[in-house]
Amino acid sequence: MSGRGGRTIRVDTLARVEGEGALYIKMAGERVSDVKLKIYEPPRFFEALLRGRHFSEAPDITARICGICPIAYQMSAVHAMERALGIRVDPAVRLLRRLFYCGEWMESHTLHVYMLHAPDFLGYQDVIALAGDHRAVVEKALRLKKIGNRIVQLLGGREIHPISAAVGGFYKMPTKQQLRDLVDDLEWALEASLGTVRWTAGLQFPHFEQDYEFVALRHAEEYPFNEGRLVSNRGLDIDPAEYEDHFVELQVKHSNALHSMMRGRGSYLVGPLARFNLNFDKLPEVARKAAVDVGLRPPVRNIFRSIVVRAVELVFACAEALRAIHEYEPPATPRVEAPNRRAVGQAITEAPRGILYHRYALDENGLIVTAKIVPPTSQNQKRIEDDLREYAAQLVAWPIEEATWKCEQAVRSYDPCISCATHFLKVVVEREDN
Amino acid sequence: MSSESKRKPVHKPKIGVFKFASCDGCQLSLLDAEDELLGVAAAVDIAYFPEASRAMLKGPYDIGLVEGSITTHHDAQRIQEVRRQCKALITIGACATAGGIQALRNWKDVDEFVRIVYATPQYINTLKLSTPIAEHVPVDFELRGCPINKYQLIELITATLAGRKPNIPSYSVCIECKRKGNVCIAVAGGIACLGPVTQAGCGALCPSYDRGCYGCYGPMETPNTESLTSQFRILGQSDAQVSRAFRGFNAWAWQFRKASEECERT
Repeated sequence: MSGRGGRTIRVDTLARVEGEGALYIKMAGERVSDVKLKIYEPPRFFEALLRGRHFSEAPDITARICGICPIAYQMSAVHAMERALGIRVDPAVRLLRRLFYCGEWMESHTLHVYMLHAPDFLGYQDVIALAGDHRAVVEKALRLKKIGNRIVQLLGGREIHPISAAVGGFYKMPTKQQLRDLVDDLEWALEASLGTVRWTAGLQFPHFEQDYEFVALRHAEEYPFNEGRLVSNRGLDIDPAEYEDHFVELQVKHSNALHSMMRGRGSYLVGPLARFNLNFDKLPEVARKAAVDVGLRPPVRNIFRSIVVRAVELVFACAEALRAIHEYEPPATPRVEAPNRRAVGQAITEAPRGILYHRYALDENGLIVTAKIVPPTSQNQKRIEDDLREYAAQLVAWPIEEATWKCEQAVRSYDPCISCATHFLKVVVEREDN
Repeated sequence: MSSESKRKPVHKPKIGVFKFASCDGCQLSLLDAEDELLGVAAAVDIAYFPEASRAMLKGPYDIGLVEGSITTHHDAQRIQEVRRQCKALITIGACATAGGIQALRNWKDVDEFVRIVYATPQYINTLKLSTPIAEHVPVDFELRGCPINKYQLIELITATLAGRKPNIPSYSVCIECKRKGNVCIAVAGGIACLGPVTQAGCGALCPSYDRGCYGCYGPMETPNTESLTSQFRILGQSDAQVSRAFRGFNAWAWQFRKASEECERT
């Protein structure tokens, strides 16, 4: 292809990721000469089309950025608006939002662990083929996923683009009985999640330890969802409002894509590994024990093991959902009415794939003047390329088909959501004519 | 069926899932059909579905499910090829049937949109309009919704393979509210609700959660948007508010488009 001794790993359509991306790795002899994670997903300009819309519409509109993690967008949007407008929500609303997020994490993590990622470890093209040989495993996964979706459906009306989240609370609160009806399923899900930790821990992992800067929310009492300071293992400790002082999006010549970087530091990692490593002490006992029992302790520095960490977070989500259900008392009103006013607000929440930053400026009529959204995948993109540069170097002697599949697996370890990232990524229109 | 398939390979209908500008949510509905997924996979050959599988079989396909709107030159060409490869072409969701929320650009200067989001606008290749699939190729069925209803999707696939008409109603959300026994939030609660002009399919979700319908399923058959506009004004909504209500996830559907543009003219 590219001349004597050179070869190219080329994946024109990355499968089992959300959205459209491609991967090119060029190798010259023993050396990896170029790595490109290309995004050809068309941009949809959310930051621009939000301008002139009322703040109350932001949770519904931004949900449409991603069909896999709409709740993450709704949560970052409502928190940013509430910070802007100076609203404090009822403790029951706060609790229900955690429960809501538990449902999304369960649905999204189960989808990724079993349907998108596990087939790589076991040598299947997809979950349908996996089901051919391991039907019981897949049936269990589908039931687990469905229980996560049941939570979302109860609180939000439907799994994809739920309709009940609002600035100030919810449009409608569930009754205690409705939540109690979830308990049996969740107790089953907790057991199934513990089984998932053991099952994923038994997979084969390549030796691939990297020295990451992990970035995640950290809260004094809880494993983080909606609140906390933004911290890293190298001393970052800021309020979400300071995000743009520390992080910047840079254009990189070789990839035609904007990469999110920490000012003066470079790439960093967000998502399950970062959360786990920075908040291990905040996991409930059952999740911590499940991790330790399979030899998983922070810091986990092998991105391929993120599948086990996702399983541990599944255990957390089930346990946390049960806690929320037991503590729930319906509030007097489902939501606090928010006044229109000129203001600016930022928020960060933990989407299944990592931190999701929103910032809005509002005018005196409550209309959005500017919006900025930084999704987790765009923050991880630089790190994915850095990893591939290292990882592909280990594969120079491998047959090209196998090396290609391993590199795809590495990318999928990040659970990249390209639909999300494209609000901000440059679209590549470039021919690879080597 | 399984004993027959052991004797000789039966031709299973091939399905392809194709994505254009969208959030992936409608194709995810297929994976979200937890109880039906393995059954569907047994009945059809899911031959091209990159979100779920790295095995990507070449066409032709018996059914093509198309998600997303057309927003780039490249996609405008790609949909032509997808059409050639698919015996039946079904569009799924508001992006594919009406241009989606990204069609809000259609009233603006897209170059300005590019400048707002991207630092180096010259790299961005985009069309001025976000348009539904049917503006580019003939479409055999348009399944509405933002997102679609997964049970409607399964009904549609089943009906298409059986060669019968799918049972997918085109009446309004109001009918669903009446069937559920909901008290009308517009009449009794004075809440602005697009239900009277919006096609059913969601199960009257928003009114059931004490909020007005915001039009995910697009215009119903022959909607009376003028009457609803005057009702919204009686409820105290400004022209800008009424215009925004119609300018949602199905903004470019012509009936909603006309309604929002009339508000801007007054």
